[in-house]
Amino acid sequence: MFYRENGQFKATYRADEQMLPILQDRVFMFAVVAFAFLAMPFLATDYLFLSILIPFLILTLAAIGLNLLVGYCGQISIGHAAFMGVGAYAAYNLVLRLPQLNFLVVLVLAGLIAAAVGMLFGIPSLRIKGLYLAVATLAAQFFIDWMFARVKWFTNYASSGSVSTVPIELFGWKVQSPSDKYLFLLAVLVVFTLVAKNLVRGHLGRAWMATRDMDVAAEVIGIRPVYAKLTAFGVSSFYCGMAGALYGFVYLGSWEPAAFNLTLSLKLLFMIIIGGMGSILGAYFGAAFITVLPILLNQIPLWLGLSLSTATASHLESMIFGALIVAFLILEPHGLAKLWSIGKEKLRLWPFPH
Amino acid sequence: MEMRLKAKLMGVALAAGAALSMLASGPATAQAKGKEQAKEQFFPLLVYRTGPYGPNGTPWANAKQDYIKMLNARDGGINGVKITFEECETGYATDRGVECYERLKGKGPTGATLIDPQSTGITFALTEKAPIDKIPLITLGYGRSESQDGLVFKWNFPLMGSYWTAADIIIQHLGKKEGSLDNLKGKKIALIYHDSPYGKEPIPLLEERSKMHKFEFIKIPVTAPGVEQKSAWLQVRQLRPDYVLLWGWGVMNSAALKEAQATGYPRDKMFGVWWAGAEPDVKDVGEGAKGYNALNLQHSIGMSKVHQDIVKHVHDKGQGTGPKDEVGTVLYNRGLIIQMLAVESVRRAQERYGKKPLTGEQVRWGIENLALDQKKIDGLGFGGLMRPISTSCADHMGSMMARVETWDGSKWVFTSEAYTADEQILKPMVKAASAKYAEEKKIVPRTPADCQL
Amino acid sequence: MKRHLPVILLCAVLTAGLFTPLVTGASSPGFWVEVLLGGLMAGVLYSLVALGLVLIFKASGVFNFAQGAMVLFAALAVARLSEKMPMWAAVLIAIGIMVLFAVVVERLVLRPLVNQEPIALLMATLGVSYFLDGFGQTLWGGDIYKIEFGISKDPVMILESLFQGGILVNKDDMAAALVAIALVALLALFFQKTATGRALRAVADDHQAAQSIGIPLNRIWVIVWSVAGIVALVAGMVWGGKLGVQFSLAEVALKALPVVILGGFESVPGAIIGGLIIGVGEKMAEVFFGPVLVKTFDLAGGGIENWFAYVLALAFLLVRPEGLFGERRIDRV
Repeated sequence: MFYRENGQFKATYRADEQMLPILQDRVFMFAVVAFAFLAMPFLATDYLFLSILIPFLILTLAAIGLNLLVGYCGQISIGHAAFMGVGAYAAYNLVLRLPQLNFLVVLVLAGLIAAAVGMLFGIPSLRIKGLYLAVATLAAQFFIDWMFARVKWFTNYASSGSVSTVPIELFGWKVQSPSDKYLFLLAVLVVFTLVAKNLVRGHLGRAWMATRDMDVAAEVIGIRPVYAKLTAFGVSSFYCGMAGALYGFVYLGSWEPAAFNLTLSLKLLFMIIIGGMGSILGAYFGAAFITVLPILLNQIPLWLGLSLSTATASHLESMIFGALIVAFLILEPHGLAKLWSIGKEKLRLWPFPH
Repeated sequence: MEMRLKAKLMGVALAAGAALSMLASGPATAQAKGKEQAKEQFFPLLVYRTGPYGPNGTPWANAKQDYIKMLNARDGGINGVKITFEECETGYATDRGVECYERLKGKGPTGATLIDPQSTGITFALTEKAPIDKIPLITLGYGRSESQDGLVFKWNFPLMGSYWTAADIIIQHLGKKEGSLDNLKGKKIALIYHDSPYGKEPIPLLEERSKMHKFEFIKIPVTAPGVEQKSAWLQVRQLRPDYVLLWGWGVMNSAALKEAQATGYPRDKMFGVWWAGAEPDVKDVGEGAKGYNALNLQHSIGMSKVHQDIVKHVHDKGQGTGPKDEVGTVLYNRGLIIQMLAVESVRRAQERYGKKPLTGEQVRWGIENLALDQKKIDGLGFGGLMRPISTSCADHMGSMMARVETWDGSKWVFTSEAYTADEQILKPMVKAASAKYAEEKKIVPRTPADCQL
Repeated sequence: MKRHLPVILLCAVLTAGLFTPLVTGASSPGFWVEVLLGGLMAGVLYSLVALGLVLIFKASGVFNFAQGAMVLFAALAVARLSEKMPMWAAVLIAIGIMVLFAVVVERLVLRPLVNQEPIALLMATLGVSYFLDGFGQTLWGGDIYKIEFGISKDPVMILESLFQGGILVNKDDMAAALVAIALVALLALFFQKTATGRALRAVADDHQAAQSIGIPLNRIWVIVWSVAGIVALVAGMVWGGKLGVQFSLAEVALKALPVVILGGFESVPGAIIGGLIIGVGEKMAEVFFGPVLVKTFDLAGGGIENWFAYVLALAFLLVRPEGLFGERRIDRV
């Protein structure tokens, strides 16, 4: 009844090609963004910022990156946390050795360095696909892990192998309090979501999707596989590199090479599978799900008044997590984003049943 | 059929959304409730009972809980202020440790009292956050070695020892074994270490000592979690070091001893740090670990008067956190000492600020002004387990002693008297490292005048 | 010949690398043999895990990420049960548990996901592995547990006449190797001589053809997963006997992935040979070339073996994607 396109006619091609052609969509999105920017800083507690919102925003950025590669271009990668690590260490070294650079410049440079590394490790994708490519990315994960633990230059010869950072300062604004960090991350995320959304709507995104659906046919119609695959690796590593730099600087503050290990890679992969592959909105849903789930699983026994030892709670978390993944794959392989679009479809007919 | 399933899933998604909003208000209401409650001192307990380090983390965690329960049952808390606690599983992972810290730091009427992160990696991360949130960190026998310098590290307390003191004591002991420290010249000493901030901590001191006494220092890292050690021990077999120092944690220790047995390296030439010298490390190797030596921060092995109290007030009432036969083991005792020092710090702070729930900042003063002599220690029931400890503004360590123990196949036995780490070597190193940290973080070291505050 | 040139070159480089320490005199021959034996032993352990992977892939086309978790689960079951009853009873009950597990997995996971794309199945097995990790530790506990076979763990010196000082070998390593050989022989017999074995091979060849001649696919999958479960049990007992049964066992099993890449996803001998190559390669690289790298680049320690297996697999993927013994050619772009 409310969610209808009736009466919304477009007079120009430009208007027709909008990201959100339906007025209700635009209003809703505007409301959400306004709420996030203007209302949240006052409503949320510090705990909500630090434990839920900040990791959610950072991991969403990384999930968007991984989704571009896996969901839109169809190349499997189980080693993407390594590129996050590259971004984090690159940012750390840039801040250390060129302290006069603005942090936004550092962020973009770190992303570019991660993109270069990503493209390097993406070269095998030109020869192999599927599970075999997954092994190649695993090689990247372990090799990069090893490199940051062993090559002392990266950690500034710290004997403990651990690096720590100072708070970010942007144009005199010290990003230190939780709500400051939240606003900064939100701004970065919104900007780069728009970039990603436009990328996938453009000819690069179409090249990726063609490669994903049937790469031989794509090559036949003139899409160069080198171009499509390497740009996919590059752009997705750029996003992950930036996310990694933010993860290290804004969330952790101090990290060791083990912070970007295989567990994080698998976490990212789960995010996009549960959220929905091939969908930017899916990255948001997946990241939210994965961020909130462990905390929820920890708190539910407390609310129900059961006292579980932390060990049991931890194991239970593992079990529920695994079961949920299988359940999602069986019931809705296209993830939460598909559920969202089904919901919107139902909303068009509401309150009528059909 | 399919449509109904999808409808059900939508219901799940909506429920999740509702749960999220409940979650958002949850911690807020818990906090509001807390502020109305009166005399309670909240201790967050960051522990790990799962994962490769679980076997060693569990007795430690059990001891902390048991001590709190015993105090509440026997004394009604600290001078009438009841102790509350909540455990949070970190799995020895830095990001989970940070998450636990953020979740629990504001709980309780006055916030978190202090934190024992049980991990050097998490300590590094929390060292950045603790000064901002004003919550002290007690890192007894671990953590950053340079945080001994209280003038720079106002909020870190590596009580009773750090990895530099540990490495120093081992070298002293080896020197004694060889007759004198000069006899170490030309010998090969290998360090097999856990490839993490924990394992890398002793390296600067060992390099310093190797320059002083001219022994060859070989570093052999083992990737976490340390189950696969064949290559490391093949290298040991090739290099044939005179002594092997083991800096492992969790499953890495028993794996190291098994590999040592398999490659025939004499266990009596192996010396572990005090975190590599507990029952979980040697029990399943049994006779194969006979002769293995390690440091021990405690000065006695087994039960003391406090254990009787714990058995009486906690375990006999069915409230024991872990199995009863765990009481009195090495890591359990160390957990007891940590919790006892935490509680005594609160008591000391109460002398200055009043017998009420105190903030982390106030308790920090307490930890910095601990003065436990032997009489007080005996009174607390820890007689024999500990030597006197007294901290100060510049010295956040309090005491630097340890003994060497040996596994005889079925139990640990002390094979040395107490050593004290050599201040002459440590002081300049600590000063240099903490100065470097202060410069990096733009911290102004405290002056003696600040200490009075 | 020309097509095979890259593989031959790669193998030549590897063999040269293998013998370099011996030739250049960087190590005594006795120690070289010891490293070789150590590598072979590690390889045997990897092969045992890879064997289960190959079995499942052959018959159901699924790459079972949960194999490591199955190894851990089976080992935990045996370790804990053998505390209360004799070893043979514990093993029998553990076999029963693994068969039950196979039935449950086939029913709940494989059947609903029958026609999905490979990445979905991969993720499903990853979910199963998370579940099994948590479930196993809830049931059996998270401590380190022992599996006792009564074989002494102290080393023995052999061939003292040939090599100076003799070569160090472990009796339990020898036992493990014998067990692996026996297992492979049993499996070979099973596949060649029994009707079920023939049915399995038929299913591995072509699902639809096998169904059309009346082979019940679902039952075959249960059988395959049970056999893989039993192989996991053997692997778990061997690993657990050597290293102690504990949570991290599941992570070490991740190394089996390069092994099957090397050997070919569907070849049992490939799993064995691949495992041995990876095991030897890793140990040789770590012990002999690690220190060289550390000195040249001033690294903070070795640890080459973390990534060596994967990089080796990557190299093989680029020159011979189907693996040394694999049959199917994968699409190249």
